[in-house]
Amino acid sequence: MSLPERSGPPDAGPAPVGELGDSTAESPRSPVRTTRRRPSWALPAIAVGVVVVAVLLAYLRSGSTDVVSQAVVTGILVGGVYGLVAMGLTLIFGVLDIVNFAHGAFLTVALYITVVMVNRFGVYPMLALVVAVPVMFLLGAAIQRFVLAGAIGKPLENQLLITLGLALLIDNLLLLFFGPNPQSVKLPGDTAVPIFGAVTTVSRLLAFGVALVLAALLYVLLRRTRLGTAIRAVAANDSGAQLVGIDTRRIYMTTFAIGTACAGAAGVLVAPLVTIEPTTGELFNIIAFVVVVLGGMGNVVGALVGGVLIGLTEQLGALLLPGQSPLLAIFLVFVLVLLFRPQGLFGRTS
Amino acid sequence: MSAATQERSTEEAVLPRPAWGRHLIVLAVLTVLLIPLPLILPPATQAVAVRVLIFAIMAVGWNIMSGFGGMFSFGHAAYFGLGAYTSVWLLVNHGVSPWIGMVAGMVVAALFGVAVGFLALRYRLKGAYFALSTFAFAEMLRLLAINSDFVNRAVGYNVPLRREFSLAFMQFAPGAPEYFWMALGLTVVAIAVSILFLRSKLGRFTVAVRDDEEAAAAVGVPVMRTKILTIALSAAITSVAGAFYTQYYFFIDPEGAFGPSVSIQAILPAVIGGVGTIWGPAIGALVLGPLNDITATLLRNPPAALSFLQGRAGLDVIVYALLLILIVLLLPQGVYGAIRERVRRR
Amino acid sequence: MSLLRVEHVSRSFRGLKAVDDVSFTVEEGSIQGIIGPNGAGKTTLFNLVAGAIRPDTGTVHLDDRDITGLAPHRVSRAGMSRTFQLMRPFGSVSVLENVAVAAMAAGTSRHDADRVAADVVERVGISRWRDVQSSSLPTAGLKRLELARALAGRPRVLLLDEVLAGLVPSERAPVMELLEALREEDGVTLVFVEHIMTAVMRLSDSVLVLDQGRVLTSGSPEEVTSDPRVIEAYLGEEPTDAAS
Repeated sequence: MSLPERSGPPDAGPAPVGELGDSTAESPRSPVRTTRRRPSWALPAIAVGVVVVAVLLAYLRSGSTDVVSQAVVTGILVGGVYGLVAMGLTLIFGVLDIVNFAHGAFLTVALYITVVMVNRFGVYPMLALVVAVPVMFLLGAAIQRFVLAGAIGKPLENQLLITLGLALLIDNLLLLFFGPNPQSVKLPGDTAVPIFGAVTTVSRLLAFGVALVLAALLYVLLRRTRLGTAIRAVAANDSGAQLVGIDTRRIYMTTFAIGTACAGAAGVLVAPLVTIEPTTGELFNIIAFVVVVLGGMGNVVGALVGGVLIGLTEQLGALLLPGQSPLLAIFLVFVLVLLFRPQGLFGRTS
Repeated sequence: MSAATQERSTEEAVLPRPAWGRHLIVLAVLTVLLIPLPLILPPATQAVAVRVLIFAIMAVGWNIMSGFGGMFSFGHAAYFGLGAYTSVWLLVNHGVSPWIGMVAGMVVAALFGVAVGFLALRYRLKGAYFALSTFAFAEMLRLLAINSDFVNRAVGYNVPLRREFSLAFMQFAPGAPEYFWMALGLTVVAIAVSILFLRSKLGRFTVAVRDDEEAAAAVGVPVMRTKILTIALSAAITSVAGAFYTQYYFFIDPEGAFGPSVSIQAILPAVIGGVGTIWGPAIGALVLGPLNDITATLLRNPPAALSFLQGRAGLDVIVYALLLILIVLLLPQGVYGAIRERVRRR
Repeated sequence: MSLLRVEHVSRSFRGLKAVDDVSFTVEEGSIQGIIGPNGAGKTTLFNLVAGAIRPDTGTVHLDDRDITGLAPHRVSRAGMSRTFQLMRPFGSVSVLENVAVAAMAAGTSRHDADRVAADVVERVGISRWRDVQSSSLPTAGLKRLELARALAGRPRVLLLDEVLAGLVPSERAPVMELLEALREEDGVTLVFVEHIMTAVMRLSDSVLVLDQGRVLTSGSPEEVTSDPRVIEAYLGEEPTDAAS
C-alpha cells in the first residue's frame, strides 16, 4: 500500500506526471495516452521480468549459480535497508512535497551515534537503535519546526535550499568533530551464515530483518492509526485536511521526524556493514533518491520494493559489468526510469 | 507616496524600462576601476579577490537557469566539474592548451546540460523532482569520477608545472596579477553575457516561461527549446569557472569538482545577492569570497575558546551552509534584490 | 471554405466522456459563441481546439491545415491564439513586455517588438498601464492584457475563454465593443466560450450549445435561445448564470 489513493475508477492505470486535473498541456509527441487502460500490475511484472532476465544474463556471464545466487541474496538483503531509507524519504516527499537533501546526512548522524555507543560504551550495535531512533526523531522534528517551517508558504525552492544547506552543515559538523578518518563498528558474534546456497553474515541478516520489521511498523502506522490517516490525508490534500480539523503543521513536523527516524534506524543497521566517514551517508542519499524515483515519489510500498530492486541492481550490476563501479548500473536504472517512466513503477500517489 | 502618483492605485508597481546600456556601462566602468587592483593589493588579498571572481562566474552561470529561468539547479557542480576535468584531462593527457580546454569544457558541460535538461523536462518534472534530478546527476558524476580510472579516480589531477610562464598555457608566477586579470576578464564577460542574454529574445522568452510556462506556450514561445538553451548557456558559463579554478590552484579531484559544496558555492552568492538579478551573484560573491579566507585563518589560529578547531577541516562549508539557511529564511530576496524592491516601491 | 473546422472530436478522462463527437465550423470573419450549462464540456472543447489537450478522436483544421494535437506554441504560430480564463500574465514584467514577448514569439523581430507591442497595447486600451508590472493590474486590466497578448501575433482566429468573467457590467461593454471592432476593423475571427447571455446574443453570428459533452443544437442566437431544449438544459442552473 502506498500513501493516499487517487480517487477514480479502479481500473485506471497510473497517471503520468502532468496529467489533467491541473489542466496542463500534453506534448503531442508524448507516447503515453492517458486513456489507454493498463492493469496496474503490468509494470511491476515487467520489473520482475527484467530482474529475471538480468539474473540469467549474470549466470551466463559468470558461469556459476553460486555467484549469481550470492548476488541475488546479498542484493535482496541490502535492498531491504535501502528500502527503509527510501521509505522515510518518500514519506517526507509525499507529505511535505520537498526533496530532503539532508536525508543521507541524518543517516550519517545515526552512524556516528552508533560509533560512539559501540566503541565508547560497548553497547551491542543493534541496541543503539533504542537511542538513535528517538534522537533522530526529535532532531527531525526540531529541524522541521524551527528551520524548515519558516519557509512554508514561500516558493518551494526555499525549503529545498534549506535542506541542501542542512545536508552540508551536518556533514561538515561531523567532519569537524569526528575528523575525516574512517571508523568502524563490529557486531559481536558476526559469523558467516549460509542461506539459499549463498553466504552472508549475521549483521546483514539482522539489518534486513529489522529493516523489514520497521517497514512493517511504518506501514501499520500509516494504515491503521489515526496519526497515519491524518498523514495520508495531508499528503492527499493539505487544505482539505485543514478543513477537517487536522493540524497540518504538526503533521508536517511529525512526518519529517518519522522520515528522519527511518534514516536514523537505517544508519544504525548498516553501521557494522560500512566504513564510517562523514560522507558515508551521501552514498545512501543518492541511492535513496534513485529508489524513490523508481518506486514512485510518495509511494511508501514502492520505496520498499524499489529498494530491493536497486539492491539487486547493484549486486547483479557488479556481475554484468565487471570492473565498473556497481553505481554505474544504478545510474543507468535512474536514467532509464527518468526517460521512460518518471512517475516510477507504482506511480506518484499524492 | 508622492502626490504625482496619486492617480495610480498604491498597489501598482511601475517598472523602469530595461536599461541594458546602463548596466553595460556600469560594467565597463567597474572593470576599468578594478584593473589596477592587483598592483595595489597584498598577495594574500589578491588570492581572495581571485576567489571572489571564481565564485562570481559560477554564480552568474547558475543564476541564468535558476534565477532568470526559474529552474533551480542543485547540482551545478556537474558543470563546474566537467569544465575542470575536461580541460585538465586534455592538458595532462594530450598537452592541449587550457584555453582550448576551457572551450572544450564549455561544450562538454553544455551538452551534459542539454541531456539533463531534456531528461528532466521531457515529462515536465517540476520543482522538487527537477531539483532532485540535478542533484542526482552531479552526485553521479562525482561517484563515477571517484571510481573511474579514466580520470584518475579519487586522486584527481595535478596541473604540471611549466618551466616558463606562459599565457598560452595559463601559467604565471605565483601571485602574478595576470591571474587576477584573467579572472576579471572572464567574470566581466560572464556578466556581460548575462546582460545581453536578458536583452535577447531567448532571455525574454526565458523570463516569460519562468513566470508562466503554459501562457508562454499559448502565445507561441517554444518552451522546451528555450529551457534547454538556457540550461546550456548556464552550464557553459559555470564550466569556465571550473577550468580556471583548476589552472589557478593546480589541482582538481572529484570532491572539489563535483561535490555538493561546489554546488552550494554556485548557489549561495546569488541567494545572498539576489536570485534573478544581474548584479546579485557578483555582490554575493563579494560577501562569500572573504569568508573562506576568514574561516581558513580561524582554523589555523583559533582563539582560545575555540582551540579544538585547530587544524580541522569543514568549517568553511559549515559557514556557507549556515549562511545559506539564514539568508533563505530571513532575506530570501537577497541583498541587491531587497534594495531594488525598496527603490521601486518608493 | 471554413477557416476553422472541428470534426468529431471526443475526449475522455478516466472513463468519463467530457467531449463526445462534437463538430462545428467557423467561417472567416465570423464570431462563434459556445455556450452550455456547467460541466457541459465547454472548457475541454476549448482546450482541444487550442491544442492544450489532444483529442482521442476527431480532427481540427485551421485553413485546411490539420492542427490536431499540435503543441500549443505551434498552434499559436499557425495563426490561432487563445486567452485563459484564469488570468495568467507574465507577472514579473511590465504590460508592454508581456505583449512584446507574444509578438516576438509570433515572429516579430526583437527590434520591432516593443513598437508592435505598444500599438497593440494602445489598440486594446491599456496604454496607461504600459510600464506597470503586470502582476499588480486589476482584473479588468488583466483581461485586456490577455487579449493584447493573444492579438500580438496577428492571429487569424482568436479563442476567448470566458473573457467577460470577473468583470462588472460597466467594464463589459467596452470589452464587447473592442471585440466587435476587432472583427470589423482587423478581420479577426472569434470563437468564444461564454456564460453571459447578453454578450452571446449581441456578439455571435452563430451559437453552439453543448450539453453533457455533446452538441445539443446550433444556430443563430435567436434560434438557440428560443429552443426549448436549450432552456431545459439550463433549468436547474442559478438564474444569475443564464440571465444577466
